[in-house]
Amino acid sequence: MPDLHETVLEAIRRRGAEYGDVRFTERKDETVRVKNGSVEAVTAMESAGFGVRVLCDGAWGFCASSEVSAEEVVRVAEEAVAIARASARERHEAVQLAPVKPTVDTYRTPVRQDPFEVKLEDRIALLLEAERRMHAGGPIRVGEAEVSVRQERKRFYSTEGSAIDQVITQAGGGMSATAIGNGEMQRRGYPNAHRGHFASRGWEFIEDMDLIGQAERVGREAVELLSAKQCPSGRSDIILDGRQLALQIHESCGHPVELDRALGTEASLAGTSFLTPDKLGKFQYGSAAVNIVADATIEGGLGTFGYDDEGVPAQRTMVIDHGRFVNYLTSRETAPALGRAANGTMRADGWSRQPLIRMTNINLLPGDWDVDELIRDTKDGLYLEINRSWSIDDKRLNFQFGTEVGWEIKDGALGAMVKNPTYTGITPEFWNSCDAVTDRRSWNLWGTPNCGKGEPGQVARVGHGAAPARFRNVRVGVGRW
Amino acid sequence: MVGREEVLRAAKTALAACRADQAEVVMMLQDSYLTRFAENHIHQNVGERNVTVNVRAVVGKKIGVALTNDLSDEALRRTSERASEIARLQREDPRFVSLPGPEPVPSLPAEITAVHEYSPEERAERVARVIAAAKKAGVRAAGSLSTGGLGLAVVNSLGVEAYSSATTVGFTTVVMSDTSSGYADWAGRDLQALDVDAQTRVAVRKCVDSRAPKSIEPGEYEVILEAPAVADMLSTLGFLGLSALAVQEGRSFMNGHFGEKVVGETIDLWDDGLDPTGIPIPFDFEGVPKRRVELITGGVAKGVVWDSYTANLEAGKRSTGHALPAPNVYGPLPMNLFLGAGTASAEDLVASTKRGILVTRFHYTNPIHPTKTIFTGMTRDGTFLVENGRVTAALKNLRFTEAITRALGNVDLIGRERRLQAGFFGGSVVPALKVKSFNFTGVTEF
Repeated sequence: MPDLHETVLEAIRRRGAEYGDVRFTERKDETVRVKNGSVEAVTAMESAGFGVRVLCDGAWGFCASSEVSAEEVVRVAEEAVAIARASARERHEAVQLAPVKPTVDTYRTPVRQDPFEVKLEDRIALLLEAERRMHAGGPIRVGEAEVSVRQERKRFYSTEGSAIDQVITQAGGGMSATAIGNGEMQRRGYPNAHRGHFASRGWEFIEDMDLIGQAERVGREAVELLSAKQCPSGRSDIILDGRQLALQIHESCGHPVELDRALGTEASLAGTSFLTPDKLGKFQYGSAAVNIVADATIEGGLGTFGYDDEGVPAQRTMVIDHGRFVNYLTSRETAPALGRAANGTMRADGWSRQPLIRMTNINLLPGDWDVDELIRDTKDGLYLEINRSWSIDDKRLNFQFGTEVGWEIKDGALGAMVKNPTYTGITPEFWNSCDAVTDRRSWNLWGTPNCGKGEPGQVARVGHGAAPARFRNVRVGVGRW
Repeated sequence: MVGREEVLRAAKTALAACRADQAEVVMMLQDSYLTRFAENHIHQNVGERNVTVNVRAVVGKKIGVALTNDLSDEALRRTSERASEIARLQREDPRFVSLPGPEPVPSLPAEITAVHEYSPEERAERVARVIAAAKKAGVRAAGSLSTGGLGLAVVNSLGVEAYSSATTVGFTTVVMSDTSSGYADWAGRDLQALDVDAQTRVAVRKCVDSRAPKSIEPGEYEVILEAPAVADMLSTLGFLGLSALAVQEGRSFMNGHFGEKVVGETIDLWDDGLDPTGIPIPFDFEGVPKRRVELITGGVAKGVVWDSYTANLEAGKRSTGHALPAPNVYGPLPMNLFLGAGTASAEDLVASTKRGILVTRFHYTNPIHPTKTIFTGMTRDGTFLVENGRVTAALKNLRFTEAITRALGNVDLIGRERRLQAGFFGGSVVPALKVKSFNFTGVTEF
């Protein structure tokens, strides 16, 4: 891709913009999927282009193109300015950007083994063997396995003098077994549902999953679920495993602490947030056991990077401190509303999208319980594992989740498997009912590759660290079964 | 947007470079703009020009796919070579038979395929009217207005050559007060046809009428689902069970029930990608012409949609023109759903309700159990209590957990007016429904 950043910045300045930046992005993805003994898809994808963001007359304009030529970069810069001037017609107060130190730097995801260097044949062979072994666990109707690798190079330049070159490498995947019978359909996934588990790491991450070693158990549990008893309805203490807790954090903490949502600018699509700015620093979001941090610096996280897409360095920010709501995820535009500095969470989905406030790695910090001790300490409850369905209202209060599987807890021991578990609650009530978080030994940093937000739609890759935790007196078994 | 001739030339360049037994090139073009507003001002305003080239190479029964968005001859050749290289490294898919051969593709009227360009000022002028109306009513408007040209070209080595273009215009607004919100949307092909003032009036009225909502105990209620909620429910049903792949994998609610009554006898559901009252597109992502498919007729399960892969697996079946771009793990999907209209006016739906809930739209719906068609979600942007035939109060939003087939089995009245609700590469044309019993399982705080 030719280096045309000077041409773009010059065009932005010439048109009289107060501020401008450009991101040249080259993304490549390779995905292998197998299904029922066959290779369903092997795909190589490349997408390259650039996006120009300008601030003109106090309002934003953004324009992007896949054609990277000297003529096109000027056209796109001029179009961005024209769009900004149209925005200014109906602008609020003029946008004021929080200051950021101009930076010239590079960042590269540390990887031990470049995942693109692993032969396609080897990736196919791994998945076929894992998928084959799931069928050894019982009569599986659909067995699926996938590995996906991504590398994205982003070059960011601003009229303030920043020039940041980043290469982010990510890998992920997983497998699932679907069993069907007696009017039931049940699925088990590993290491996680919804395409598996992802990280900003190399091929070593895939090898560490031990897909082949886990496959038979996954298949067996899918079949066992067909004849498991229905999850009871009523109120129960529940222990959520780290994978389900990751999505619980995502939906009920990660999204509501996005300051753009709280300020109303996502209202028409995803909604707003019950965590309004008047609650900042005062609101008891959860119990004292609940400590949540936004950490874009943690090694290997799917939301880990060097700089965000407006050139702000990656940071670690406490969001929930001993249950108290203490900070938002912010941008250069929104942070001044709180009198704070931007904390580096603006990211765009590829070259064609304007950066938005996105989760980085939103992690529940480990507590001090041993997981076996926690089960022993639970007289009557449910242990719920891996997400199956999710839904939450547009202020992020009323949620309902389904998990793949549950086990009864009776007198401090895991008991019978239950199928179709669901639980529901109101976010602050739920997090205030958390009385125990297990320790670092059972803590893991999970990767969620499919966080949707914005118009036009954007998909972000984010991380969530979590360890199993207990919640008291939760409504379970929702609906008619 | 890149024109037809240039697109087809690029597609054929990629096709010619693909060393494979069969090859297919799909090109998607977009030149799209979106003006977004919230809190009574424009806060995001974006434009994008992109072309995606998707090459599928078939070597024996081995398939490789490569994509690029670089239209240079060198990149097109490199992508084709990559697709065939992947195919050669692949394992055989014993179920694969062939790419589809050429069939006559119906042409759509010129007013549908014309690509109009609209300026940022034209969008801003309409958004300004929304904001002015919201300010006048003492409420705050959010939403988006999008305009854009879309193009789709499919060529393959068996002789398929299809191209179509269209303009899309989309408008949504959520109007908010401190205790309420209201919603309206519109989809079409001509910005001049968008009556932004009328849409805003609907949203403002809902917002004003739903101020100071009260809470209601969850439970079974009669429910009036307005068109956006019905479209949401039906697109979930389509994803879960109206595709041949879902049936072949045994995960459709229709499995074992074809020819049987699966929902109420007043329900007629079909897919028609050529109906000009929807968002027509003459062919699918394999270049196969769209065919109307009867899905449910008189409440009886009639059929599902097919692509070439699923159709080739069964004798006597052919693609109905519902393929997604390769590699497609979802199977064919209905993207132009139509639900038959009834005779009830909007007033009739309310007047016939003794004690029920009127739902403007759903939020964040998600399936819980595919074969049972159970899904959950929230109400949003205007939820009202109806008592003795009239709206008596605004309600705090509710969560529902319900089986779609049960809801469609309990339909009491069907609205006579249908609305177009935009969806992925298509849209649904649906009326409002009154359902005798709908299971609300929770309530939220607003």
